[in-house]
Amino acid sequence: MGNNQIDTARDSEAVRVEEGGAALNNGGLPESSDMYNITVRNCDLYYGDFQALKSVSIDIEEREVTALIGPSGCGKSTFIKTLNRMNDLVEGCRITGEILIGGRDIYAKSTDVTLLRKNAGMVFQKPNPFPMSIYDNIAFAPRTFGIKKKIELDVIVESSLKHAGLWLEVKDRLKKNAMGLSGGQQQRLCIARALAADPKILLMDEPTSALDPISTGRIEELINELKTEYTIVIVTHNMQQATRISDKTAFFLLGEIIEYGTTESIFSMPKDKRTENYITGRFG
Amino acid sequence: MKARAHRKEIRKYSVLKVVAQTALGLTLVALCAVTLFVLARGIPHVNTQLLFGDYGMYPSIKPALIGTLYLIVISILIAAPIGIGSAVFLTEYTRSNSRLTRTIRIATETLAGIPSIVYGIFGYLVFVVALGFKYSLIGGGITLAIMILPVVVRSTEESLLAVPRILREGSFALGSSKVRTIFSVVLPCASSGIVTSLILAVGRVMSESAVLILTIGMVVNKIPEGFASPGTSLALDVYYFGSHGYPEQAAATGVVLLVLVVSINILATVLGKALGRGELVDG
Amino acid sequence: MMIKAYRYIKARDAVMRGIFLFCAVFAVLALGCICVFLFAEGLPFIGKVGVSNFFGTKWHLDSGAYGILSMIVASLYVTGLSTLIGIAIGLFTAICLYKFCPAKAVNPIRQLITLLAGIPSVIYGLFGMIVIVPFLRDNISSNGVGYGILAASLVLSVMILPTIVSISLDALNSVPRSYYEGALALGATSEQSVFKVMLPAAKSGILAAVVLSIGRAIGETMAVIMVIGGSPAMPGSLFQSVRTMTANIAMGATELSGDAATALVSTGVVLFCFTLLLNTSISLLKGGFKRESKSA
Repeated sequence: MGNNQIDTARDSEAVRVEEGGAALNNGGLPESSDMYNITVRNCDLYYGDFQALKSVSIDIEEREVTALIGPSGCGKSTFIKTLNRMNDLVEGCRITGEILIGGRDIYAKSTDVTLLRKNAGMVFQKPNPFPMSIYDNIAFAPRTFGIKKKIELDVIVESSLKHAGLWLEVKDRLKKNAMGLSGGQQQRLCIARALAADPKILLMDEPTSALDPISTGRIEELINELKTEYTIVIVTHNMQQATRISDKTAFFLLGEIIEYGTTESIFSMPKDKRTENYITGRFG
Repeated sequence: MKARAHRKEIRKYSVLKVVAQTALGLTLVALCAVTLFVLARGIPHVNTQLLFGDYGMYPSIKPALIGTLYLIVISILIAAPIGIGSAVFLTEYTRSNSRLTRTIRIATETLAGIPSIVYGIFGYLVFVVALGFKYSLIGGGITLAIMILPVVVRSTEESLLAVPRILREGSFALGSSKVRTIFSVVLPCASSGIVTSLILAVGRVMSESAVLILTIGMVVNKIPEGFASPGTSLALDVYYFGSHGYPEQAAATGVVLLVLVVSINILATVLGKALGRGELVDG
Repeated sequence: MMIKAYRYIKARDAVMRGIFLFCAVFAVLALGCICVFLFAEGLPFIGKVGVSNFFGTKWHLDSGAYGILSMIVASLYVTGLSTLIGIAIGLFTAICLYKFCPAKAVNPIRQLITLLAGIPSVIYGLFGMIVIVPFLRDNISSNGVGYGILAASLVLSVMILPTIVSISLDALNSVPRSYYEGALALGATSEQSVFKVMLPAAKSGILAAVVLSIGRAIGETMAVIMVIGGSPAMPGSLFQSVRTMTANIAMGATELSGDAATALVSTGVVLFCFTLLLNTSISLLKGGFKRESKSA
């Protein structure tokens, strides 16, 4: 695995910067050895006057895939965006309650938002590679965090692309514009780009909804491989997908979590009537 | 009876259609006539003496070529960073219709509507009189920079708005700061539009003359020695020659100016398309 | 894991925000400076020579008569006439490009017109000087004078054509196609649909074109001074050497000094006020347009 190499490379870089006198802090987030489970308590979210999340509480375990399902507009995408504070970008958005990652409040004043987002990588509904070369896309986050040496970047780019199962397809055209890739490749590129930031959590907001079945299959395989190392939260519209890839499932309706449990139990014997109606396709 | 009224009505509008087609013809003829007449009168008089000779017995536009170059450099160097910075502020930093944003927008739009001769008076009062620069290329250049600022702001803003929001989100989601997102994602994505708008601004600077009458002194017969010296520009030379009894030279200078301005406009279009390819196109 | 200090990133963000803010506020500062300089220099002068003198008909520098009324009148004549001609031809051209010309030809013609919109105004002036003025003098004018309001208006109307055509065409194109189809479905001919339905629906955009071209015409200097003649006389005929406000400023600029130069600044102030008035009406128009489209 090239992974060890990266860590060594980054450690040496860290030493260099510390010597330079820059104060390091981990933005109130746990050190990498810490737990990366997510705990949400009584989270309310408002867009202006509209309440998009109502007293959401959930415990998301480390190194598991948690699927968020529910009809459109039920707040599952909104919820996933609170986990890396992407909702900060939305005007008039207010959040109350507690969201803890590894036991630390990510909405605390001392939180370094940039570092939070590095540690909680996000993959979007529509592939959004930057209009630059494949290499530059992957190297984007490492560069943001101060890795400038080409040798180190090369290692990260290669291992991230291998991790995302894209290396063999693109290794001969790393300098080509990423916009030339197919939709499925673009989405795996975006996953690789997130992995290059060395995250602990992966947040995926309907990552396959814009893709064809074959590309979708490859991404699902990838998620299965990645869950040994990452905590994965995925929003999906596709029931079959949720059963195929997730360990736990949470059902959202009108901004509330109606039911949360192991995927097996949710789909085989839902406790709530509304959950049953939804997964059997009676609404949504 | 009714049928006849209907036919009459239809005929009336058919006539209007013919009028419209005539108008299109007139427009094209008029606009082409302007260029063709000037070309026809001017081309025979474009010669090396006019272009590169020393200003002596016969007029030369060498001082104007150099002066125009000075003006382009000064005005773009000032207007580009300020204009792009302003557009970035308006698109990336202001969320809603705050009073500040509204004030900035109204001011920018008002600047765009001020006649160039009024800019000329302003440049004259500030640089020639108040600051004591006398007539100078630098004074004219700065005045021109203010004049083209609204154009740069508006077109840069359009290019920035065309950058999809998901790219900004993608950058933020990777832990980038606002500044890194702007400089590494937003501005590169908008670069083709920005470059095009700057080239068009160069065209504006070359075409402008009313501002310069009052600010750079219209010294047609001396090569400018530097930014602080008075000078002339191509467009100003056309006016000078035209109103001082050299219509042939005026037309010839007009030819040079036309060729330059038209090639700059074509360059802007072509470059915009070339740079735009490979960017923001869904593969 | 190495990380740049968050405080450093925050500070850099704040500094850059300040820089961008300064760039944005620069336009406000520039506008403020323009107003201050113009009014501080121009208004006291009007007070000094007297309002009735300044807005009088007599411009005779040696006797201290600084009346610019004749120039205001000339400016209004030229602006009105050129806008009238320009709008008439330009609007019909836009209509033709919109529906009554081969689809393949539309884009090349549009590009050509855009390209011609970039022609420097001094070229239009030159064209007027070497073509229009002699033509008017030899063929049309009864008194053997080619210079004057008609020559200037013709030159200006050609100059503002590209603007009018582009904006009107955009306005027409932004009208929903369903209106056109709806009219056809009621039995109207294509021409009737365009003139009776599409044109009225595009009226706010077309009005914007009108106001914009008025602004360009009243502020244009170079194209006018080369064909207007330049005598500070009250306009009495289309073929008579007169002087617009812009021409007054440009012609005196290189020669006058002292009080006379200040008189030019005051002329500029009057012109500036005219354009501010136009600007305000444009923003009012836009506001009205927005409200209209919202309610629709």
